[in-house]
Amino acid sequence: MSDNPETPIETDVAIVGAGPAGLFAVFELGLLDLKAHLIDILDRPGGQCTELYPEKPIYDIPGLPIVTGQELTGRLMEQIKPFGATFHFGEMANALKKLPDGRWKLSTDVGTEIIAPVIVIAAGGGSFMPKRPPVPGIEAYEGTSVHYAVRKMETFRGKNVLIAGGGDSALDWTLNLAPIAKSLTLVHHRDGFRAAQHSVNRMRELVEQKKINFHVASVKALHGEGGQLSGVTLSGHDKREWHLEAEALLPFFGLTMKLGPIADFGINLHENLIPVDTAHFESQTPGIFGIGDIISYPGKLKLILSGFHEAALMAQAAFHICRPNEKLRFQYTTSSSSLQKKLGVA
Amino acid sequence: MKIFAKDREGKETVIEGRDGWTIMEMLRDAGLPITAECGGACACATCHIYIDDGWYEKLPPPTEGETDMLDMALAVQPNSRLSCRLTCSEELDGIKVTLAPE
Repeated sequence: MSDNPETPIETDVAIVGAGPAGLFAVFELGLLDLKAHLIDILDRPGGQCTELYPEKPIYDIPGLPIVTGQELTGRLMEQIKPFGATFHFGEMANALKKLPDGRWKLSTDVGTEIIAPVIVIAAGGGSFMPKRPPVPGIEAYEGTSVHYAVRKMETFRGKNVLIAGGGDSALDWTLNLAPIAKSLTLVHHRDGFRAAQHSVNRMRELVEQKKINFHVASVKALHGEGGQLSGVTLSGHDKREWHLEAEALLPFFGLTMKLGPIADFGINLHENLIPVDTAHFESQTPGIFGIGDIISYPGKLKLILSGFHEAALMAQAAFHICRPNEKLRFQYTTSSSSLQKKLGVA
Repeated sequence: MKIFAKDREGKETVIEGRDGWTIMEMLRDAGLPITAECGGACACATCHIYIDDGWYEKLPPPTEGETDMLDMALAVQPNSRLSCRLTCSEELDGIKVTLAPE
């Protein structure tokens, strides 16, 4: 059942991943009048470019001697604007099913359903998911006592809360939850933080006022029953270990990429990559294409520029599936007035 | 130079290090399960290793960028480093490292 009354959505192409390859695919598909919907687990476009290195310079984009991940994403968004793609941010593509009419139905974890004859997997290294601390048995507490994000602050009212990490998320939630938690402890591997200075200063004030605790320590073991945490064993750098009462643990170590549900889409995978042919960038399942870092073929290079090339060839092949009775007219944006009309410049 | 690298199960691999290459690249090319998802940009903390047997002190100290990025690594210890920040050289011949858990 879908929570979204507008689903299922019918379109030409559903793209999993809104990184540079997925974004440029919208452009190449758009030139051929193919409409696209994109799904991304992040809350914004750009994929690795905006999640991992928004401020780092990239020097190997043809024609752009220097551009940051954030800027490149902005430029791509501007370039694809005329094609009116629909973005489904903060959603994880979690199931793919073949329909009797030959099209595919792609579903997301929040109930969006997209029906399209062509699916493009542009998922890079997979879905960005929270890093899970290597504490034995932590899975059993996830969702009940271990949370990687705060959805409702009220969940933590009156509880002994433990926060692990030293970045902005750890510091922000330390400050926000301190007034409502029964007790709040922050642990980090060093007495230094990769966070906004004013947050760090405020946190230190709260420690001085004995409103919260801070320890240079890490979580060694979890104790509890039935997914309900009652306490943790903390370990300092001197290997000293001690017990702390805690009903909630919030680890904040950023995100990492995991292949996730794509592994269950029924697509042939080799070492977590999708083998494709280099004429069409189609997987071994007809109608399912792959572009960008998630694919493999002889000579594959994980470069953004390769993803652009792959998107262009994929679009040509996708056209023949989406418009089987039409002739593909290959044209240049420089000279074609019909392409220029699509781009809104003619 | 040689790198003695232990995986997360404790199995040791001896890798011939190439001058000027990073230890992350050597570990990755030797097929060890190191994620290094940002490809060496000091932007992800998934090439985290422990430096064993007194080698930590022999390394050039981490930059502020590396120290900050280590805040996003899991199970950080006093001998933690990001292997994309360490360059192979004769001075590091015989270095011993262990992949950190992930």
